[in-house]
Amino acid sequence: MIPQSGMIFDIKRFAVHDGPGIRTTVFFKGCPLNCWWCHNPESQQLEPELILKPNSEVSEVVGREISLNELMEEVRRDIIFFDESGGGVTISGGEPLMQSEFLISILEECNKENIHTTLDTTGYSSLNIMRQILGKVNLHLYDLKFIDDEKHLEYTGVSNKLILENLKFLDSRKIPVIIRIPIIPGVTDSESNIKEISEFISASLNSIRNVNILPYNRLGEGKYPRLNRSYRFTHQLTTPSDKELNKIKNQLETYGLEVQVGG
Amino acid sequence: MNERIKQLRDQSINAQPSLSIERAKLLTEYYQSGAADKVSIPVARAQAFKYILEHKKICINKGELIVGERGPEPTATPTYPEICTHSQQDFEILHSREKISFSVDEEVKNIQANTITPFWKGRSIRDKIFASVDSEWIESYNAGIFTEFMEQRAPGHTVGGIHLWTHGMHDFQKEIEESIQSIDFFNDPEALDKKEELKAMYITAEALIQFAGRYSEKALELAAAEVDPERKKELETIGKICKNVPANAPQTMWEALQHYWFIHLGVITELNTWDSYNPGRLDQNLYPLYKQDLAKGTQTEESARELLQSFWIKFNNQPAPPKVGVTAEESNTYTDFCLINIGGVKSDGSNAVNELSYVLLDVIEEMRLLQPSSMVQISRKSPDRFLKRALDIIKTGYGQPSVFNTDTIIQELTRQGKSIIDARSGGASGCVEAGVFGKEAYILTGYFNIPKVLEITLNNGIDPNTGNQLGLQTGNPIEFQSYIELFDAFTKQLNYFINIKIKGNNIIERLWAQILPTPFMSLLTKDCIKNGKDYNDGGARYNSSYIQGVGLGSITDSLAAIKYNIYENNHVTMVELLTALKDNFKDFNSLRERLLTKTPKYGNDDDYADNLMKDVFEIYWNAIDGRPNTKGGHHRVNLLPTTVHVYFGRMIGALPDGRLAKEPLSEGVSPVQGADIRGPTAVLKSVAKIDHERTGGTLLNQKFSPKFLDDEKSLQKVAHLVRSYFKMDGHHIQFNVVSVETLRDAQKHPEKYRNLIVRVAGYSDLFVNLGVELQNEIIHRTEHMSF
Repeated sequence: MIPQSGMIFDIKRFAVHDGPGIRTTVFFKGCPLNCWWCHNPESQQLEPELILKPNSEVSEVVGREISLNELMEEVRRDIIFFDESGGGVTISGGEPLMQSEFLISILEECNKENIHTTLDTTGYSSLNIMRQILGKVNLHLYDLKFIDDEKHLEYTGVSNKLILENLKFLDSRKIPVIIRIPIIPGVTDSESNIKEISEFISASLNSIRNVNILPYNRLGEGKYPRLNRSYRFTHQLTTPSDKELNKIKNQLETYGLEVQVGG
Repeated sequence: MNERIKQLRDQSINAQPSLSIERAKLLTEYYQSGAADKVSIPVARAQAFKYILEHKKICINKGELIVGERGPEPTATPTYPEICTHSQQDFEILHSREKISFSVDEEVKNIQANTITPFWKGRSIRDKIFASVDSEWIESYNAGIFTEFMEQRAPGHTVGGIHLWTHGMHDFQKEIEESIQSIDFFNDPEALDKKEELKAMYITAEALIQFAGRYSEKALELAAAEVDPERKKELETIGKICKNVPANAPQTMWEALQHYWFIHLGVITELNTWDSYNPGRLDQNLYPLYKQDLAKGTQTEESARELLQSFWIKFNNQPAPPKVGVTAEESNTYTDFCLINIGGVKSDGSNAVNELSYVLLDVIEEMRLLQPSSMVQISRKSPDRFLKRALDIIKTGYGQPSVFNTDTIIQELTRQGKSIIDARSGGASGCVEAGVFGKEAYILTGYFNIPKVLEITLNNGIDPNTGNQLGLQTGNPIEFQSYIELFDAFTKQLNYFINIKIKGNNIIERLWAQILPTPFMSLLTKDCIKNGKDYNDGGARYNSSYIQGVGLGSITDSLAAIKYNIYENNHVTMVELLTALKDNFKDFNSLRERLLTKTPKYGNDDDYADNLMKDVFEIYWNAIDGRPNTKGGHHRVNLLPTTVHVYFGRMIGALPDGRLAKEPLSEGVSPVQGADIRGPTAVLKSVAKIDHERTGGTLLNQKFSPKFLDDEKSLQKVAHLVRSYFKMDGHHIQFNVVSVETLRDAQKHPEKYRNLIVRVAGYSDLFVNLGVELQNEIIHRTEHMSF
């Protein structure tokens, strides 16, 4: 029996940076990764938790169980905007693949209703699950942070082995994927890291050529104290400048990649 | 823009609006001469018009290409004592008030005190209106239930049709003569009235030709003395143009603009019509001559642009006539609402966007003037690049152009019984008012304060501001057993006050028809000549009277608060709520919190609240639409506020939606400020649940931060928002691209800005959801980008 409900922490309408057109983004709760820079730390734990409201002493619950029906009803509300703009639904998180059965039931429902689906994923799941969602997702937004597995482990808490394997799998099946590289100053933005990523894409992937670089933003930082957690970076990170972003863009482009700053 | 335009623009922007007594003096001289006693009322009005134009100062500003001022100089603004005779105190207020002031010098004050006031006091239509309406009307007016548009300004909201651009005054005079010939004195009891009205129209046409002749002479006189050979040539051309137009149909683009401008000056000199006057579909009306001049080589795109820029400045030189009292409250601005329409469809229904449409958008972008206002009409057939170009200008943050749905406007007009050909030639004027251009008198009669009616219902007919029994006794709300009982009582009160307003309208319309006919406006408006009837007396092909509903968001949220919290969930009793309202929530913080944050609100695509909005719309529409006016037309509804939601709010105590006493109401059809928290698609969905096609216009404001609109992709998505809203039959949308000041205010009062979207870095978010530091960073960034 496919579960007809799942755990989410937000549904955002008029999402305009999570895939083509005007979209409704569903944020799943729960993530196997624990990235230092995570700007949605409230998404990491699968269970609902308390968070202080912004600039306030009062706390609220983040995370709730939602049924497939309720979710689809919310999604359908903006169909007129999807149709006009070539938009649709984006499933983000957290890591949606963590609740793969619920994810699949949403994807199937959207496929049935001809609603465009985008999956925003870390790619960290079993190959078996990747096989199950194959063909149900119209576009993958696929995070790639490091090729160096040690660094990956250090900064995200997990090995990148599955992530790279799954990416190769999607590539071999010619599934539309946009690779997204978070540009974290002093962490992922080094010339060598960008070089390694570029080389991986060139050498190991045949069809995937689109890359978005997502500049670090400080949105998440304020959420850590509100969750009574500490931010792992002890020094203040700055948002990369346009100049720095362009440099990275140029570096990627020398490998024949289609690069865009931002989502 | 070139140096010439820059100087004229600076002159216009920097001129301090002042009161000019010139028109009042000339008008009074005419009426004191005794000439008016010897002729019919319309003919006297026409002779007065002629007398003013014969004697007023002629003003040609340095370097200008389009000539003619309403006052003796730019922004010197006349008064209309036959409509509203200002008191000395009015003049003091106009002179010294902080916002929208007009400087008044001692000489003006003396002439007013010694000549104007003694003659017009009691004779002005304002005095007559207040003497003619009944006491219920006066009490409701004073209580802030409704306003009255015609107590200080003349019926207007009308727009020039395409025929103005192909006809000269001589052509109209010929039509007038033919109409006089066809009067049937044997069978038509109105024959004499018609003849007098037509004679009056004829005189005004003559008056405008002579007025232009005076400009011609002045231009030639200046040319003779001019040393700069280029300017000399220009002045000679102006002299020639002013001889040809408006007497004859314009033959060139330059003549066409000058021709219209004389007509415009005629309308706003004859009376102080609401929304001044309007060249309407400028890209259509001007297009044949624009094409012709470009083909002939007599104009280049650049010189055409310069002419248009000169034309633009003329509008900005004419501030809205001074308003006082409630009229100043409801429309407190220098803007006189001339709304230039660009785009739309042709009379055969095909796409009307042409090269000139884009040139006009360039002019709007470059001029950045308060006046004229501008809008784009977007139909299903409009090219995307046209909408995109408009959004490119909107994103620079000065609110122009606004965006209208041509297809819905056509539906609105045809539903009202207009022919589809006429409907396609129409558009919107003023703020958002739909009308058939050149053929319709669509008169806004006043704003109606819908939430105030709920306040009165909750007090069993008593106005808590005064303790007076203002409305009906519809029962003590504490005894209502259900929401339906409450809504029935509210409906009864609403019908009662609408009746008072409509009765007043039917009195006031007749006063205007009888006392202040407007023969010049009549000759411009089809079918006044054919009918031998005045514009103010039902002469136009179509005659509509609007009552503009205000506070849709506030009333919906208040009703939702009552239904949800009292009758459905027992969160609060009626007694508690009424006590809290009386107390202005001082000791009811947690109740107010519940009303503000835990109650369904309009603007979130929540059917619970939105269905209540639809109920309110139905009773409002049923109370008004289709009821006859005195001009052979009907009353209609539209939903817009100008600035009245602030005044109306001041007249109401605390409301059940958690709004505090005297705070502004929601504006237009927009949700209550800060109540919409689900983003723009949810707002558009909610607002689209209004049956726009049964209105004559609705006004929706949306706010975006400048940062959000700064990249191509986001702009494209806003274009998609517009198209989607229009697919759902939305009438109009305008965008506030928000300033630093607003963002600062949003930090101080986040509850008012819960829907403000800002662009952060490659993504967007609600401003209030950001930490203070990030907010500061964005404010700082925006400042960098401001100019």
